[in-house]
Amino acid sequence: MPEITKLIHKYLRHDKKFPHVWCPGCGIGIMLGALIRAIDRCGFTKDEIVLVSGIGCTGRLPVYVDFNTLHTTHGRALAFATGVKLANPKLKVIVVMGDGDAVAIGGNHFIHAARRNIDLTAIIVNNSIYGMTGGQYSPTTPYGMKTTTSSYTHIEQAFSISELAVTAGAPFVGRGTVYHAKLLDSLMEKAFMKKGFAVVEVISHCHTQFGKLNKMGSAVEMMQWQRDHAVTVEKAANMTEEELKNKFKIGVLIDKDLPIYLDEYEKIREMAKTKNK
Amino acid sequence: MKNKKNRPYREFLLQGNEAIVEGAIKAGCRFFAGYPITPATEISEAMSVKLPQVDGTFIQMEDEIASIAAVIGASLAGVKSMTATSGPGFSLMQENIGFAIMAEVPCVIVDAMRGGPSTGLPTSPSQSDVMQARWGTHGDHPIIVLCPSTVRECYDLTIKAFNLSEKFRNPVILLVDEVVAHMREKITFYDDEEVEIFNRIKPNMPPEWYIPYVDTPSGVPLMANFGEGYRYHVTGLTHDIRGFPTSRPDEIDPFIRRLFRKISQHFSELQFGDFYETDDADITIIAYGCVARSAKRAVIDARQKGLKVGLLKLNTLWPFMRTAVERVLNTSKIIIVPEMNMGQISREVKRVNKGSSKVFTINKVDGIIITPQEIQARIKEVA
Ligand SMILES: Cc1ncc(C[n+]2csc(CCOP(=O)(O)OP(=O)(O)O)c2C)c(N)n1
Ligand code: SF4
Ligand SMILES: [Mg+2]
Repeated sequence: MPEITKLIHKYLRHDKKFPHVWCPGCGIGIMLGALIRAIDRCGFTKDEIVLVSGIGCTGRLPVYVDFNTLHTTHGRALAFATGVKLANPKLKVIVVMGDGDAVAIGGNHFIHAARRNIDLTAIIVNNSIYGMTGGQYSPTTPYGMKTTTSSYTHIEQAFSISELAVTAGAPFVGRGTVYHAKLLDSLMEKAFMKKGFAVVEVISHCHTQFGKLNKMGSAVEMMQWQRDHAVTVEKAANMTEEELKNKFKIGVLIDKDLPIYLDEYEKIREMAKTKNK
Repeated sequence: MKNKKNRPYREFLLQGNEAIVEGAIKAGCRFFAGYPITPATEISEAMSVKLPQVDGTFIQMEDEIASIAAVIGASLAGVKSMTATSGPGFSLMQENIGFAIMAEVPCVIVDAMRGGPSTGLPTSPSQSDVMQARWGTHGDHPIIVLCPSTVRECYDLTIKAFNLSEKFRNPVILLVDEVVAHMREKITFYDDEEVEIFNRIKPNMPPEWYIPYVDTPSGVPLMANFGEGYRYHVTGLTHDIRGFPTSRPDEIDPFIRRLFRKISQHFSELQFGDFYETDDADITIIAYGCVARSAKRAVIDARQKGLKVGLLKLNTLWPFMRTAVERVLNTSKIIIVPEMNMGQISREVKRVNKGSSKVFTINKVDGIIITPQEIQARIKEVA
């Protein structure tokens, strides 16, 4: 067994019945690989990790890995994670969500988590569709695309999850794709090491729904699409707006320092105790 | 200060909501997440002051859905947790209350009832969430609902709510009404008062032997907190004894039945209430919350007039106090159930009644408390 596979196996739950629920070729598995490699490189113990998810194909991820795992309700993963982290700040709390999970039903929680700056990592698998329920449009479905609830065409504008996170105040935001596996590993590692709320948007493919409905080909072809449409932040700096049309940036989009909620709350505790004396 | 029997004590004039906060802190609550709403807001405000003093954490979330979610998360991480709301927020919480039932996460939810439906009557009392407290979340499920009618009971029943939620790994709902939430009464705390506090039973076997949702004689599985070495999976999906999702009928059936059994086999431990002058009563009033106060006055006045009237006060609403109600149905031919709704507990009384007594109701839905005079008038009518 190659080293890299051995490493992944170290973190899988072998008493859980495999195979997993995902379609062969789905990007979520690649994202899971990146997540495990980054956790391993950061040196966290299995016991200190709490992996929280919402509902969706992405939401099914935690059950397969050997951490403290919490599969919550659709859209609410960040709110559950907030309680976990505040109750036990020693835990490393990582949240994985789908695009619908994070910015449709959970959009309010997402922007407030970004604003509050609690030490959480939010990883969002953006496949531009509701995978689990069979391919309906999501807030990230691009204008003009087809889904099972926009079979004529999609007339809404899409959210950019990363830009939303930046605007809402998240101190760390990175975007990667499942094609750029090495970049994804490093983005996750940086996000885990960041003190404060960190977001990693993972552009992925749902070839069985989004790809099929829009004639985008197999999983491999959809990954080639990612390769051809992604531009690194560094490269984009020297490109014109015209050249950047129909492209998206990958890499670290923002990395700044802001007061951390729990450090601030410690001050509240001090104030409460001195006032009480 | 010391009282006549030389017991040191402290006296306070507390609001029902403040007494709930005192009770919660005493019970060991160290995490509160909430969203402001009348008539529950004072609980959030007081928690934001008190919790940081005792190394606890208060947070105001973006809505009630997030509040109950954070409460469940905090409880999984090992901290006793609570939220408080009123009708509109209680409606928003329902999906995640079901999650807490399914994943067996202890937590306490206060619903200070106001008139409904919808935004309803924000500043007036009502008792119209009794059935929502029982059946608000989807799916067949067990629940425990307690209902105070005095400030002292707000304190005592909040402590009980935490104890029961920890013991049975189930959410406990404290259903108060606007009158009880906002009224002030004297409350005395004795320094030597012994308060029973129950903490969840944790596993002590090696982690590889721990089976997170396996049945026990009490029906309640041992609960490991996140981060203590027992890594397991928590989900709102139907799960097997290891916590992993399952759709196998032979795993689902015993799981759902165990959820019910862990409450029903301890039915007698969950019955709180008071029989007042019921032994020889021809007429018994069954009441709860603020209406129980009016009912007691009505009983005192009726007794002075020589009428044999009694009161069964319910402090547990769910599981329904069937045996207590049966007792008064056996002794009184006439039962009156005054409620500030169109008849929620009276339906239960009628269900338990096997034709031995006549059950009358008083239903008031105008936002004004049922008065002793109204109850007296009903007694006269039906006697
Ligand atoms: C409250 C609620 N509404 C709707 C659903 C149904 N539902 C399950 S997953 C899902 C969408 C998932 O899409 P996304 O979050 O993008 O995740 P993906 O499956 O694409 O990974 C929906 C609508 C639900 N489980 N709960
Ligand atoms: S439906 Fe789409 S997102 Fe879900 S597992 Fe299949 S390919 Fe992946
Ligand atoms: Mg999706």
